[in-house]
Amino acid sequence: MLSVDNIELFYGQVHAVKGVSLTVNAGEIVTLIGANGAGKSSTLKAISGVHPTKAGSITFRGEPLQSLPAHAIVGRGISHCPEGRRIFYELTVRENLLMGGFLLSGTTALERLETVMELFPRLRERLTQLGGTLSGGEQQMLAIGRALMSNPALLMLDEPSLGLAPLVVEKIFQRVVELNQGGLTVLLVEQNAHIALGISHRAYVLETGRVILSGQSADLALDERVQKAYLGG
Amino acid sequence: MFLQHLLNGVTIGSSYALIALGYTLVYGVLKLINFAHGEIYMIGAYLGFILISLIPTLPPSLQGNVVLLLLCVMLLAALLCALYGYYLERICYKPLRNAPRLSPLISALGASLFLQNFVMITMGARDKIFPQLLKSATITLGGVSFTWLQVAIIASSLLLMAGLSLFINHTKFGTAIRAVSSDPYMAGLLGINVDSVISLTFMAGSFLAACAGVMIGVYYGTINFTLGYLGGIKAFTAAVLGGIGSVGGAMVGGLLLGIIEALGAGYFSSEYKDVYAFFILIGVLILKPSGLLGRKSHERA
Repeated sequence: MLSVDNIELFYGQVHAVKGVSLTVNAGEIVTLIGANGAGKSSTLKAISGVHPTKAGSITFRGEPLQSLPAHAIVGRGISHCPEGRRIFYELTVRENLLMGGFLLSGTTALERLETVMELFPRLRERLTQLGGTLSGGEQQMLAIGRALMSNPALLMLDEPSLGLAPLVVEKIFQRVVELNQGGLTVLLVEQNAHIALGISHRAYVLETGRVILSGQSADLALDERVQKAYLGG
Repeated sequence: MFLQHLLNGVTIGSSYALIALGYTLVYGVLKLINFAHGEIYMIGAYLGFILISLIPTLPPSLQGNVVLLLLCVMLLAALLCALYGYYLERICYKPLRNAPRLSPLISALGASLFLQNFVMITMGARDKIFPQLLKSATITLGGVSFTWLQVAIIASSLLLMAGLSLFINHTKFGTAIRAVSSDPYMAGLLGINVDSVISLTFMAGSFLAACAGVMIGVYYGTINFTLGYLGGIKAFTAAVLGGIGSVGGAMVGGLLLGIIEALGAGYFSSEYKDVYAFFILIGVLILKPSGLLGRKSHERA
């Protein structure tokens, strides 16, 4: 479904992604794990078009993505839920969600809103509240719900567990698994390698901008190097 | 007397409010003070003047309803000014989107000087006198004298502000403007074309400023190419007073500034009429920089 081939990405002089290649097949949960600054988020930014790549290619359902601006890539079926949730604090929950369906027509957006509220009933209760008044966990649900409004084929989630209580994290990942069982393909970036490897089918381990290991998540979880570096073993 | 000053203040204040909205909207999406906005207001007044001058050349059958004609003039001038706003952003600000913050500010000052001189060269440096189309009688009611023109100005301004509020708060593109003001990066990730939203914001602000320009031109009867300088600074003061970035704040700030000016001119000295705005600007910046309705800006990590 998604194929990233040898991409290079720079922040000014800083070489953040050094020839990363990965594939995501339809129906999978694929996770990128690695320490801070390994290039995980940068890889997602390259895919969603918010940061340009210097080299390499990205294709989604057989079509190249790099020539498109970020706001057009959403329309192709990729939704990027970035690190830090980035809720619109001054907009209501409903408005936040509707902005997620910005490219949809009015009636389709309202239908989608209904679907998303069924997934996250808490959001229905908070519909008229301002986004900034939600708790951290609710904000993360809102961020994911908003990303789902465009009815994507591929959802890219960046650090959904950041700053949340373990119970809330568990709940959110359970929802991600359910969404995946419903047919959604997920590309997950996560520092919490335990959970990430637990729910994903395949994983890539990134270190200083390169893929150093990849394989089935179950196998990687048993790998000595992964255990030492990321699972506290 | 108090009511008289109040009414005069509201008349002028409602146009400050219309101009102030342009500052506040653009500040919201770009975090930039568009110092060329006053010139857009001035150009609106000139376009109004040109269009009104064309009225006598219309066939007599179309000249019947002066009020309707003036409304058409205002609408047409506003639409043309929206184009000015669009190209102003395209030429002077868009190429500097990722430049240091000082660069667009200098570009704004340059655009302001250019537009002023452009109007001076094409329209002449002398004052332009608006043809007297409305023979507006003065009405006295309970000791307050006013003209229908004043009533029309206040009513149109309030309608325009209500329209803008509806647009910003209850339409998809208005919500997109607020989303871009809140977090342009995220707005882009959701499929919102941030550049289009910025253009739209400039066009809306310029539309309102031009309406104010036409109304003020007709109200005072004379305009000059330097009109945008003082008008711009006063409206900027109004926007800061209300809280820059806040739509409601710009409206309240504009009306309040007009009223303070009129009361100051009435009770203290009309010579110092223009100085009150600057007292307020300095006072607000020292005492409450976030303005009356402004929020404390929270930076994102």
